[in-house]
Amino acid sequence: MESIKDKVAIIGMGCTKFGERWDAGLDDLAIEAAYEAYEDAGIDPKDIQACWYGSVTQPVVGIGCTHLAGPLKLHGIPMSRVENWCTTGHEALRNACFGVACGMYDLVLVLGVEKLKDTGFPGLGTGRGMSTVLEARRTAPGSFGMIATRYFYNYGLSPEEGKRIIGKIAVKNHYNGSLCPKAHFHNQVTLEQVMNAPIIAWPLGLFDCCGNSDGGAAALLVPASQARKYRDDPIYIKGIGAAHDALLPQNRPAFDWLHFEEVINSSRQAYEQAGVKHPREQIDIAEIHDCFTSTELLLYELLGFSPEGKAKEDIDSGFFELGGGLPVNSDGGLKCFGHPVGASGLRMTYEVYKQLQGKAQSPERQLKDAKLGISQTFGGPPQVAAVAVLGKEPGYP
Amino acid sequence: MAGIISYGAYIPLWRLSRDAIAEAWGSASTRGERSVANNDEDTITMASEAAIDCLAGLKRERVDGLYFASTTSPYKEKECSTLVAMAADLRPEIITADFGNSLRAATAAFRAALDAVVSGSASQVLVTASDCRIGYPRSNYEQTFGDAAAALLISNTARPAVMVEGSHSLSNELYDVWRLDKDIYVQSWEERFIIEHGYTENMERAISGLLRKKALSVQDITKAVLYAPTSRAQQGLARRLGFDVKTQLQDLLISNVGITGCAHALLMLVAALEEAKAGDKILVASYGSGCDAFLLSVTKEVEKVKGNRRGVKGYLNSKRPLSSYARYLSYRGLLEPQPGEPFRLFPAATTSWRERNWAIRMHGSKCKNCGTVTFPIERVCYNCRSKDNFEEVRLSDRKARVFTFTLDNLAGRSDDPTIPQVGVEFDYQNTRTYLPMTDCDPGEVKVNMPVEMTFRKLYEGAGMYNYFWKCRPIR
Repeated sequence: MESIKDKVAIIGMGCTKFGERWDAGLDDLAIEAAYEAYEDAGIDPKDIQACWYGSVTQPVVGIGCTHLAGPLKLHGIPMSRVENWCTTGHEALRNACFGVACGMYDLVLVLGVEKLKDTGFPGLGTGRGMSTVLEARRTAPGSFGMIATRYFYNYGLSPEEGKRIIGKIAVKNHYNGSLCPKAHFHNQVTLEQVMNAPIIAWPLGLFDCCGNSDGGAAALLVPASQARKYRDDPIYIKGIGAAHDALLPQNRPAFDWLHFEEVINSSRQAYEQAGVKHPREQIDIAEIHDCFTSTELLLYELLGFSPEGKAKEDIDSGFFELGGGLPVNSDGGLKCFGHPVGASGLRMTYEVYKQLQGKAQSPERQLKDAKLGISQTFGGPPQVAAVAVLGKEPGYP
Repeated sequence: MAGIISYGAYIPLWRLSRDAIAEAWGSASTRGERSVANNDEDTITMASEAAIDCLAGLKRERVDGLYFASTTSPYKEKECSTLVAMAADLRPEIITADFGNSLRAATAAFRAALDAVVSGSASQVLVTASDCRIGYPRSNYEQTFGDAAAALLISNTARPAVMVEGSHSLSNELYDVWRLDKDIYVQSWEERFIIEHGYTENMERAISGLLRKKALSVQDITKAVLYAPTSRAQQGLARRLGFDVKTQLQDLLISNVGITGCAHALLMLVAALEEAKAGDKILVASYGSGCDAFLLSVTKEVEKVKGNRRGVKGYLNSKRPLSSYARYLSYRGLLEPQPGEPFRLFPAATTSWRERNWAIRMHGSKCKNCGTVTFPIERVCYNCRSKDNFEEVRLSDRKARVFTFTLDNLAGRSDDPTIPQVGVEFDYQNTRTYLPMTDCDPGEVKVNMPVEMTFRKLYEGAGMYNYFWKCRPIR
């Protein structure tokens, strides 16, 4: 297998304001994200040769791509829709990368857009499964709450102790998001507020759950060799991985609920392509899938940031905070920036892209000397995960 | 000799104090408590529970018939016995029939089963009876009715646990209790008339006729299992027939369950058999537009069944108080709960049919190559990827434990807002699956908690009811 490393570059990105965008439809969000990316890259949209677009909630937008081809006036070019739970944005990016890397296209638009607030209910909805009986009442917090329960049990943590650990992740991400103008929420929260919040799916309380937001993000990809024609600080794709597990976690025989192989396999693919051997030391910024605080906790360990069972020590030492050794979710993450499902992989990539360029929204969030970053999503029951490794320098690491 | 070779029963976990009903209405309480089926139960699920209780430890492939009797079938048109038979994992090549409309539906099914095994058209027939009748709000019936199911396995064999020695029936056209095709609540004529000229007169005639036929006197009867709408009617009848109310009359189960419609005579019979000894003579009589009376003789084979069933005794002792009358109204659909978020995927006749072996029979797949067991059935093995190389294994009667869980406040409806969603591990090959927990206090759910499977109604959609399995704390 070949590696995608340094074959494709991002020359422009855009991201909408996330939140309850009652004023904006899916088309408005797509236009907002895409036109920021066009401006960032300094391109004429007429020069785009293909588009990959990700969105999840079909009941709202219907099927196909036509509902965005129209508003964006993407005449005469192919457009593909991808959907794969929370990894949808990454799937759009991954497929677009291959379209560029094989030499077929020189300028590709990648879009992830989601309009959640047209459904009439506050969460992602109930009955997330593909069976009329087996997952008839599965919800997103219910699915991920089961990870928290088992993590606490496995490490002998009382619910109180466990909730204190994940609660600190909510405090961190709300702090980061409060500094980010485009984030859904701007409120900082205390650990006590997190601990005392109403329960959504025990042990997860309100502040353990991500925002249910509208939003979109966009990227423009070109062959790496042409990137400097567009700008001095393109960002290079270093590796991109995606993997499934073949069963719902609930149905996997003898599964320990700690080693989610879809996460392990997708990150291994991306790290190997990029040449990342020591993620904790080599990665300077990580945007990871904090759909729930307990997910971020487990991902620290599965992505190789913390030794197994030791994430608590890194949380307590502030290792993942803005000034720490490996800042995680510097824009507030899904938790505070929001989670319009199909957009999230690209929103995370947008944050990494801006941080690597030294152009983070609001200077107090800007990380120093960041050269390598990852964006990572994990979704479904959960059963699927994706990782993109991004770098500012060709050949590194 | 044709007779009963096994019995089973089911009484829902929830009991509503009659004082709570009386308090809600400012009316008089008839004291005690009544059973209330959960909001995910109906006569199909209760009959399935009783059937599975009845079949404990028996070879299910030997059953070649299942009858379902109820006056409150969830469907007006669509057989229910087929669904109960499938939930009980019986073979497809069996006779099935639904008996309805009459409070004697269960004894009619019992008689039909006896006739079938005697004639040789079947060798073992499982009779299930299940009812969930609704009395008008504030009526006496609202307090006296209960929800339950019973099951009897009938066979023509040399040594049944209970031999059927004779029977006598009579038919009587009378409006005493009835429901029109559009009615929810049971209607009735004035009680003094219907007890005297309906219940008492007919029961007395049928029972006297049976005793005369068998040349027996009331003193020869060990226990009289007399269905009755009230204690007073039952005791009045017993005295007129000459039974000793203290020693010969089987308890009506009115103080702790309630009158459970057509299932009631069988439920009382199961309770009687739980205490019966070889040589006992039991008289069973049910009433409803006439009367069916049976004379039964207990053999020593009954000892093999006693103690190996939950039965009435087991389910009577396993109970929890229903917190309010309002909850009862909501569980019966008389008050509409706020439904919560809509179900995304409605049942389809095609998918229900294709998926019947895992969704209704609760079969998993066991790989013939590596032994990995998965639920639902996986055509390609999760572990070794062997294709179509598996045998089906039943998981519905396996014990399991909570491996992990969440208490989900988004998944419920307004009368049950918190749904424990559980990743269970069966006591078999580390098999796992994903089930909601029912009949529990969400606060008691813990990792490693033992659970068992229970067949439940999930929701209504696309004009159908949708059934599947849940787990519950072991009863």
